[in-house]
Amino acid sequence: MENPIIHIENIHKSFNEEVHALRGVSLDINKGEVVVIIGPSGSGKSTLLRCINRLEDYDSGSIVVDGIPLTEAENIHLVRMEVGMVFQQFNLFPHLSVLDNILLAQRVVRRRERGESEETARALLEKVGIAEKADAFPAQLSGGQQQRVAIARALAMNPKIMLFDEPTSALDPEMIQEVLDVMQTLAKEGMTMVVVSHEIGFARAAADRAILMDEGQIVEQAVPDVLFENPTEERTRLFLSKVLH
Amino acid sequence: MTQQNERQPKSLSDHFYPLPATNGKVAINIDPWWGLFAAVAALVLFMILFIPDPYAQVVRFIQDGIGITVVTTVLSFILMLFLGLVVALGRLSQSRFLRLLATIFTEIVRGIPLLVQLIFWYFAFPSIIQEIGSLLNFRPFETYLANPLGMAILGLTVCYSAYMSEIYRAGIQGIPKGQMEAALSLGMTRFQAMRYVILPQAIRLILPPVGNEFISLLKDSSLVSVVAVTDMTRRGREFMSAHFIPVQTWTMIALIYLVMTLFSARVVAYIERRTQSER
Repeated sequence: MENPIIHIENIHKSFNEEVHALRGVSLDINKGEVVVIIGPSGSGKSTLLRCINRLEDYDSGSIVVDGIPLTEAENIHLVRMEVGMVFQQFNLFPHLSVLDNILLAQRVVRRRERGESEETARALLEKVGIAEKADAFPAQLSGGQQQRVAIARALAMNPKIMLFDEPTSALDPEMIQEVLDVMQTLAKEGMTMVVVSHEIGFARAAADRAILMDEGQIVEQAVPDVLFENPTEERTRLFLSKVLH
Repeated sequence: MTQQNERQPKSLSDHFYPLPATNGKVAINIDPWWGLFAAVAALVLFMILFIPDPYAQVVRFIQDGIGITVVTTVLSFILMLFLGLVVALGRLSQSRFLRLLATIFTEIVRGIPLLVQLIFWYFAFPSIIQEIGSLLNFRPFETYLANPLGMAILGLTVCYSAYMSEIYRAGIQGIPKGQMEAALSLGMTRFQAMRYVILPQAIRLILPPVGNEFISLLKDSSLVSVVAVTDMTRRGREFMSAHFIPVQTWTMIALIYLVMTLFSARVVAYIERRTQSER
């Protein structure tokens, strides 16, 4: 067995000494694996995801991403270059055009030439299906389009890992599928993905593993079909009955 | 969330824009407040041309002072934009020491009247330098003489940068947290995120208050007249003590200040509109 690309060991985190968001989470994710994390709100799933690129600091435990231990990492931005992230609220840069949103980090972080980075950007816009919107500003796009731009922006850095933090939760129902389609294509291409989402359909179609978290701990993990059809834990059954109706 | 910074706080002039196109006629895209500026400017011109005694005399006497007022204001403004940003970044810094330093600076500067600060820089500061010079036997310090204009610009810059840093800080904190997170997640350093993502948005947000700072600075520059700078106000006092016509002298000077502030306000409103229509 090769080394996991993300190695999480016994992570603890609390906010303001009171809320214990993560209580000893351990998780290994292999290269090319697609993992979907579900769980009720406040279960710590987003916090766990944000620890993987250290947008959130953790109190104890260790995380190793692509061979680099995050705890000691002096230059955390070097790790973040390899870990793309997609947010619930898209977080596009509103003062820049779609194209410039995708160019910016390539230029200032990867130090690519204008021509090369623009080629990458246009190819990615083509891939997410909105090549014609290159010159539009984020405010002129629908939520689904904005989220696809956000995915393209993260991909432009050629990350080894992609993190998705509830990527479809802020979208109108009719726009969810266009974003999931892009994510599914990515999964097929062998991208390592960690997705916090309640899209069971996506999990079953694209994920290798589904994880249920509750109260800062991993309750159960299994192949999606098994987790959703035949969970072993009572807690999982209870949660699924609410999500699946 | 993303909608939040799409529209900025409305300024008074926004209520007049865009002018509705009247049927058939071309809508003239000129700010109605320009009219007030034009009226005051015309009044000044009228007084100079048709009542040259004493108004043309006043203007001729104070004209070099007008130049000094403009130079003082513009230089202080540019310098305080830089210093204010440095202080604001200090206050928002990760380092506790820098935060403390910047906070102490703003608290002290904002707690002392500008006039007292100007007097300190011109009269007290050079004495301190001379004392240090004689203590260390360092010749250039011992014979240090303050340049009135330099010290006045220094004083205005230091004072205004403390207020300006608060404006920057409010602007930077007005940008949703997700912007910084998105920039960091792409591998940018905090500095790069500030430089390319946060500040460009914050500056649009704070443009109206920054414009107001310029106008305040223009008016407060009259205080430098007490520290040996021959600005417009000081020249006015000199003219008055020679001719004993206070009413005409100060009416003219007040009107010239008014022309300058009204003009500045219009330019600020114009720039504000331009940056808003860019998105």
